[in-house]
Amino acid sequence: MSTQATTAATAAAGVRSKARKKKRISGSSITIMVFLTMCAAFVSVPLYVVIVTSFKTMDQIALGDVFALPTTWTIEPWITAWSEVCAGMTCEGVSHGFWTSMKILFPSLILSIGVSSVTGYALALWKIRWAGTFLFVLFLCAFVPFQIIMIPLVVLNSSIGLFGSIWAVAIVHSILAMPLLTLIFRNFYKDVPEEIVNAAIMDCGSFWRIFIEIILPMSANIMIVVLILMITTVWNDYLIGLTFGGVGTQPMTVILANTVITSFGAVKYNVDMAAALLTAIPPLVVYFALGKFFVQGITAGAIKG
Amino acid sequence: MPQVEFSNIVKRFGRVTVLEDLSLTVQDGEFLVLLGPSGCGKTTLLNMLAGLQDVTEGTITIGGRDVTDLDPKDRGLAMVFQSYALYPTKTVRGNLKFGLSAQKLDRAEIERRVTWAAGLLQIDQLLDRKPAQLSGGQRQRVAIGRALVKNVDVFLFDEPLSNLDAKLRTEMRLEIKRLHQELEKTIVFVTHDQVEAMTMAHRIAVMNGGVIQQIDTPDEIYERPANLFVARFIGSPAMNTLAARIETSGQAIAAIHGPSGVRMDLSDYAFRTPPKHGDTVVVGLRPEHFIVGETAEPTGAVFTLPVRYTEKTGSDVTMFLDNGEKDLISVRFDHKHHHVPITGEAPPVWFPKDRFDVFDAASERRI
Repeated sequence: MSTQATTAATAAAGVRSKARKKKRISGSSITIMVFLTMCAAFVSVPLYVVIVTSFKTMDQIALGDVFALPTTWTIEPWITAWSEVCAGMTCEGVSHGFWTSMKILFPSLILSIGVSSVTGYALALWKIRWAGTFLFVLFLCAFVPFQIIMIPLVVLNSSIGLFGSIWAVAIVHSILAMPLLTLIFRNFYKDVPEEIVNAAIMDCGSFWRIFIEIILPMSANIMIVVLILMITTVWNDYLIGLTFGGVGTQPMTVILANTVITSFGAVKYNVDMAAALLTAIPPLVVYFALGKFFVQGITAGAIKG
Repeated sequence: MPQVEFSNIVKRFGRVTVLEDLSLTVQDGEFLVLLGPSGCGKTTLLNMLAGLQDVTEGTITIGGRDVTDLDPKDRGLAMVFQSYALYPTKTVRGNLKFGLSAQKLDRAEIERRVTWAAGLLQIDQLLDRKPAQLSGGQRQRVAIGRALVKNVDVFLFDEPLSNLDAKLRTEMRLEIKRLHQELEKTIVFVTHDQVEAMTMAHRIAVMNGGVIQQIDTPDEIYERPANLFVARFIGSPAMNTLAARIETSGQAIAAIHGPSGVRMDLSDYAFRTPPKHGDTVVVGLRPEHFIVGETAEPTGAVFTLPVRYTEKTGSDVTMFLDNGEKDLISVRFDHKHHHVPITGEAPPVWFPKDRFDVFDAASERRI
């Protein structure tokens, strides 16, 4: 009995000391809190300024208090930014750029994901001669900076008559993304249990049927990861759009930049801010819609049974 | 129904030779078990038959047709995998149908076969579920069903029961046996579990180090193991093997175990080649053949050795006797017939005269 009582007492004491420990805020955790708050402020304060400015009238902006809330809320700058603002000589708003970006985005997605998923599947699950060498070359390609091959690519594009079209931008996007995407797909498919592939090979020898009926339905997680990666890269890209897009085929980011540097008289900060926010909305929507799956997709590879 | 024939199969991975000049014939409608420890090449052999691995040299024929270089799907085989290997995104029905729609069968025939297999395996109610919603035993049934619907003559099983718990394993063992009796197809079954092999097979091919050690009926393999490897591999607890020296005097022939001085009377043993006086042999004694206590049977040897420890497993007791060597002698008996000795006690233990197995010490072959 007495021993039991003592153990109970020590256990209770243990709990109490643990609880006490939890309440105390140590110096290091204060440092971390301050650091994290600074990090958060670093992003959120400018964002706050951008958002409030886009709803202000030019009269209020002229007063110069950037942190103040709008005295009169107006959506006028948003409408102007979407449909009226001038980018260089054309005054169609950023909406034109939005549609161009969409037209670039979809072919790039289909082309890059289509080709790289099939290549990754072939490399991971079929006996391919020189597969190792090919992977190594892909690995090297994934690390070549775009700027190095930009001029040869422009020459190549113009020689086949694509330069300046939407397709030029889309194809360059797809090709540049392929090495990395192929590696991602290949690594994902390498984890597909060998016996499932063997069973499929015995049931049906067809490369395409196995891919479409068995492998592709198992790829939802990695598809979402790759989709988010590609949508944000393609949408946020500026350099490829600027160099390969011609007049009227430049993506939203380029239009935005042109809008901001084009001014007649006073700089319309509210319109510029609204245009910037409009450009940033699509990737945000993608993140919010698919973010949950994105995390699942990243961890799925780690604990797949 | 076709017979499967491996002739002079060689398999190398780079410089490592896994199988060297292996020949094996599986008869029509036979249930052949490839049995051996892991790494003995049994799964490699099965995969080569399935077409999942290339053959380095040699030929494989099924029903007289050379299939060595054919694609897996064209060989007329169906395989059940250890991990079930069900397609995770397809329903049970989809799993069963996939191989059939690839064969371009018409829809009514596919439906008929799926219904037939589902009925046979009692998975009718599960047809619209996904594999993740099934238990281990159900998944295994679906995996077997997926092989059955293909209506082929040769079935391959790659350790299909090793992922199941003990009770289910016994059930599925009977189930597979029943299916074989009903369908009378040729089955090649790979396992490392001797109980599965002993209970299911017509014939067992015991493999070790890429070589078939013995191929025979389960009884023959148990009663007359061809060499020491087979003798030690089959049976649980494993066979006791004692190195001994032959002594002959006239008609009588006996083996003397050095450390314990026990004399084993081999006069009734059917020697293939009788050993000479002074030869060293290895005598095998199965733990379950020992008799503890009094006996009327003609005894070949008497052991009166101290008990090191005992293990009770339900009805049986295994006791371990110290014979002066590193390996103890294990003796299994029914404790209803004799009390369980305590450690240090040395009860007399008899071994029947007609139950010895004798092997040559150098070649390790049965003599």
